[in-house]
Amino acid sequence: MPDIVFTTKGVTKVYDTGELKVHALAGVDLELFAGELTVLLGPSGSGKSTLLNILGGLDHATDGRVWFRDLELTRLGDRDLTQYRRDHVGFVFQFYNLIPSLTARENVQLVTDVADNPMHPGEALEQVGLAARMEHFPAELSGGEQQRVAIARAIAKRPEVLLCDEPTGALDSKTGVQVLEALKDINEQLGTTTAVITHNASIRKMANRVIYFQDGMIDRVEVNERQIAPSEISW
Amino acid sequence: MRALDIKLLRDFRRLWAQALAIALVLACGVAILLTTYGMYGALEDTRAAYYQRNRFADVFGDANRAPQALLPVILAIDGVRAAEVRVVEHVILDVPGRVETVTGRVLSLPDNGVAQLNLPLVRKGRLPDPTRPDEVAVNDPFAKANNLRPGDSFFANLNGQKRELTLTGTVLSPEFIYTIGPGALMPDNKSFGILWMPQRAVAAAFNMEGAFNSVSLKLDPAANQEAVIERLDVLLAPYGGRGAYGRDVQVSNSFIDAEIEQQRIGSMILPPIFYGISAFLVSMVIGRIIALERSEIGLLKAIGYSDLEVCLHYLLLAGMIAVAGTLLGWGVGTWLSRAVARMYAQFFDFPYLIYRVSYDAYVISGVLAVLSAAIGAGKSALAAARIAPAVAMSPPAPPRFKHTLLDKILTALRLSQPVMMILRSLVRWPGRSAMTILGLSLAAAVLVASSFFEDALDVLMDTTFHQANRQDAVLLFSPDVPETALAAIVKLPGVLSAEGQQFHAAILRHGHLEKETSIDARRPGSDLSRIVDGAGKIVDAPVDGVLLTKRLAAYLDAGAGDVIEVELRGGRNETHEIRVAGVVTQYFGLGAYMDLETLNRLLRQAPRISSANLLIDEQQLPALHQVLKETPELSGLMMLKEMRQSFDDTIKQNIVIMTTIYVVIAVLITFGVAYNGARIQLSERARELASLRILGFTRGEVSFILMGETMLLAVVAQPLGWLLGAGIAAVLSEGSTSDLYAIPLVLEPSGFARASLIVLAAALISSLIVRRRLDRLDLIQVMKTRE
Ligand SMILES: Nc1ncnc2c1ncn2[C@@H]1O[C@H](COP(=O)(O)OP(=O)(O)OP(=O)(O)O)[C@@H](O)[C@H]1O
Ligand SMILES: [Mg+2]
Repeated sequence: MPDIVFTTKGVTKVYDTGELKVHALAGVDLELFAGELTVLLGPSGSGKSTLLNILGGLDHATDGRVWFRDLELTRLGDRDLTQYRRDHVGFVFQFYNLIPSLTARENVQLVTDVADNPMHPGEALEQVGLAARMEHFPAELSGGEQQRVAIARAIAKRPEVLLCDEPTGALDSKTGVQVLEALKDINEQLGTTTAVITHNASIRKMANRVIYFQDGMIDRVEVNERQIAPSEISW
Repeated sequence: MRALDIKLLRDFRRLWAQALAIALVLACGVAILLTTYGMYGALEDTRAAYYQRNRFADVFGDANRAPQALLPVILAIDGVRAAEVRVVEHVILDVPGRVETVTGRVLSLPDNGVAQLNLPLVRKGRLPDPTRPDEVAVNDPFAKANNLRPGDSFFANLNGQKRELTLTGTVLSPEFIYTIGPGALMPDNKSFGILWMPQRAVAAAFNMEGAFNSVSLKLDPAANQEAVIERLDVLLAPYGGRGAYGRDVQVSNSFIDAEIEQQRIGSMILPPIFYGISAFLVSMVIGRIIALERSEIGLLKAIGYSDLEVCLHYLLLAGMIAVAGTLLGWGVGTWLSRAVARMYAQFFDFPYLIYRVSYDAYVISGVLAVLSAAIGAGKSALAAARIAPAVAMSPPAPPRFKHTLLDKILTALRLSQPVMMILRSLVRWPGRSAMTILGLSLAAAVLVASSFFEDALDVLMDTTFHQANRQDAVLLFSPDVPETALAAIVKLPGVLSAEGQQFHAAILRHGHLEKETSIDARRPGSDLSRIVDGAGKIVDAPVDGVLLTKRLAAYLDAGAGDVIEVELRGGRNETHEIRVAGVVTQYFGLGAYMDLETLNRLLRQAPRISSANLLIDEQQLPALHQVLKETPELSGLMMLKEMRQSFDDTIKQNIVIMTTIYVVIAVLITFGVAYNGARIQLSERARELASLRILGFTRGEVSFILMGETMLLAVVAQPLGWLLGAGIAAVLSEGSTSDLYAIPLVLEPSGFARASLIVLAAALISSLIVRRRLDRLDLIQVMKTRE
C-alpha cells in the first residue's frame, strides 16, 4: 500500500448566496495515494472543483477535516495556505490561465521564482515537448500548447501533488491526448501524485483510481488494475 | 529579472498612452509644486540672506529736519541695537542723450564712507569718495537702463543748483529690491533712479548740515518693535516726523511679501487639484486592470504568491506612473523655475538668487506624487489582494445590472438602445461618473479662473487709466507747493491744462482700529484725475467729511456716517474728528479722499498741492522736459502714456504666458480624464460593441455609444466647472488683495464660454483618439477572447 497523501474526513462546503444555501460538498471522505494518478468524474455541479480547490488550499471547507500528509489543511490560515501551495501544489486549470504579457518561459518562471528547488523553466517546457516554443507569447500558441505550458508551469517546482481541473476541457481529442501524455509522463517520471477532473469518461482508463461524484458526495471509487496509455484514448 | 517584474514592465509598456495621460496630469502638480514651493523658499532664503548680509534695517522713520544730536537719544531706545541717520532727498536728473526728465532719490552715505545699515552692495566700480561732492553711485538697474558706466557723468538739479555728477560705481541695496518711483505702478528703471552721495555733499546742497530727515534702526531680536516705533514717533514728532514704520510697510519689502504670499497660495491651491485628479485616474485605470486580471490574480495566488506580493505588484504599476509623472514634472518644474527666476530678475533686483531649498521641493513633490498614485491604486490593489485564489478556477461573473427606478424611467422614456446603453453605464458606475465630472469640471474651472485674471486686469486697467486717471503727466512736488503755483504750471510749454492734488500722510482711527495712509485731497469737479466708484460713477471728494476706499473702510470697520479720528502727520500733528461721507470701491491703494479746501483748513494753511495733473500737447514735450529738468521743486514726473503702455505690455506678456500655462493644464486634465475614461469604457464594452457591429450597427452608431458617454459627462461637467472656477476666482481675488492693490472679481460670459469650448474640444479629441481604436477593433478576436 503506498503512502496516503490526502485524507479528508466529512468535508462539507456550503455556499451561502443569500436566499439559498448551496451544499457543494455534503460530507466527503477520501484518500489519495502517493504517486497515483486519480481521475475525478461526475456530473456538472457535483462538487469536483470544490473538492479540488479545498485539497489545493485555494478554498476553505465549511466543515470536516483535510490533511496533506501530517499537515491539517483545515487548521491553516490564509498565510499558511499560501505557503502550502507555494511549497507543495501544482495547478492546471481548464482555461490555462497564462499571463498574456509573459512568454511561455516567463510564465513558467513565475513559479520557479518563488519555489524552493525548482527545475529550470526550459527543462519543464522540455518535459511537455515545448522546448522550441519557449519564447512565444500565449497568443502565439495553440490551445493545447498553452495547456502544456500551464502543465510545465505546474510541474516546474517539482510539486508533490498536481491538481488539474478539466485540463483537456477546452481541447480537441488530439491535443487533449498530448496534454494527457504530458501529465502521465510527469506522474511516472517524477512520481507526482496527480488528480485530474474531467467530464470525459474515457480518460478514466489511464488512471490508477477513479472517483465518481454525485450531489456533493463520493458515489463510488474504482481502482484500475491496468492503465492504458493516453495515446490509446480518443474522443 | 523576476517574471512578475517582467509582467510589470510589459503591462506598463502596453498601458503607455493611459499612463502618459495620467503622468502628464501628475507632472503638472509636481512641476507647479516644485516651482511655487521652490520659489517660495528661494525668495525667502534669498531675501533673508541678503537682508542679513547687508544689514537691512528693521524700523524706518522720516522727518522734515531733525538734529543729529537726536541720534544718541534714538540709540538709547530700549531694544535698538544700531541706528543710522541720513538725508534723503528728491532730485531731477538730466541724463545725457535723454530728452525725458528723470527723477531720482538721493541717499546720503555716512562721512566715513561706510554705511552701517542698508549697506549698498557694489556691483561695478566703487562707492563715492566721502570728500568728493561731485561723486555719485547709482542703483545698478538704473545704470543699465540708461547705459551709464563708472566714469560717465550726468546732471542733477540738487535743490535748485544744477551740478554735474560723476558716476563712480553701481550698487544694489536691500532697500531697493523692488524699486518703484513715486506714484508709479511698476518699476521703471529708465526714469527713476537711486543715488548714493557723500553726506557732506547732500547736506550742503539741501541745507541739512547737522541734521537728518531719515533714520534706520536695527533692533535686538527680542526687542518690541511696536514700542520702538512708538518711541521713535514721539522723538521725531517735533521735527515733522511722518510716522515710523517697520519692514512690513517698507515699499520694496512689502512687494516681495506679496510675491512670497502668492507663491505660498499657489503651492497650496493648484498642486492638490492635480494630485487629486491623478489619484482618481490611477484608481480608475488600476481598478479596471484588476477587474480584467481577476483570473490572473487568482492564478498568482494559486501558485503561491502572497497577498502582499500581489498587492505590491499593482501598487508598483501605479508607482511607475507616479515615477514617470514625477520625472516629467521635475523636468518641466526645473525649467519653469528657471523661467520664474528670470521673471523675478526682471522685477526684483537681487544680487543673487539662493535656490537651494529646491531639494526639499523635489523630494516633497515626488513623494506626494507617489503617495497620490498609491492612494489611487490602494483600494483596487487591496481588493486584488483579497481576491480568492479559487477565482483562477472560474471565469468572472458578468457585471450585475440592477433594475432600478431610474431604469424604469429610462424605459418609459422610450429612448433608443444606444442612448439607453450610455445612461445605464452612467448609473452603473455612479462614483466613476461623478469623479469624471468633477475632473472635467476642474479643467473648466482652471480656465474660468485664468480668464478671470485677464478680464479683471482689463477692468482694472480701464478704470484706473481711462476712467480715473486721464492726465498725460503728473508732476510731483516735495515738499508741497502752494496751489497758486498752478498758474505758473499752466504756462509751461505744451501744458494745455493743469489740476492740483494733495497727498497728506495721516493716521486714521476708528475705535481701537487704526491705519496709516495718505489723504488724497482735490477740488470738486476735477476732470483729469477723477474718483470712480465700483459702478463706474464719478464722485467728488466730499466738502464735508472724508470718503474712504472700501478696503480702508473694512480695515477701520467704519461706514458712511461714522465719525473717525484723523491724525494729520507732519507739521502740527493735530487730530480731528471727521465724519465718513461715504465708501468707494477702488483697486489701487488704501486712500481716503477729502476736499482740498477742507483739508488745508484743518492744516490751517492756504491750499497746497503735492502734484499737478497735466494735459499735454505732445509736440511740445521736449520743450516741457527742458523746463522741468530745471525745476528743483519737482520730485517726480510720471508720464502716464508711457506708464500705461509699459503696464499694458507687461500685463499682456504675463497674461499670454499665464493663459498658455492654464490652457495646457486644462487640456492635460481633460485629456487625462476623458481619454482614460473612454479607454476604460472601450475595454469594458469591447464585447458589447463588437456584438453590435456584428449585428449590423455601423461604426458611427457604435462609436456614438462610446463617445456619447464621455461627451455627456463633459457637458454635464461644464456648469459645475463654471461654479468651481468662479469660486477659485473669488479665492484668488481675495488672496491677491493687499494694501497695494485689489484685483476685482470680474466674470465675463466669454470667459465661461471659452473655458467650456476648450474643455469640450479636448474631450472630443480624446474620445476621437479612442474611437480610432474602436474602428480597428478586431471583431473576431474580441468575441473569441474570454473576458
Ligand atoms: N462561488 C460560488 N457561489 C455559490 N455557489 C457555488 C460557487 N461555486 C460553486 N458553487 C456551486 O457549488 C456546486 C458545486 O460546484 P463545482 O464547481 O464544485 O461543481 P463541478 O463538479 O466542478 O461542476 P463542473 O463539472 O460543471 O465544473 C454547484 O452547484 C455550484 O453552483
Ligand atoms: Mg468544475
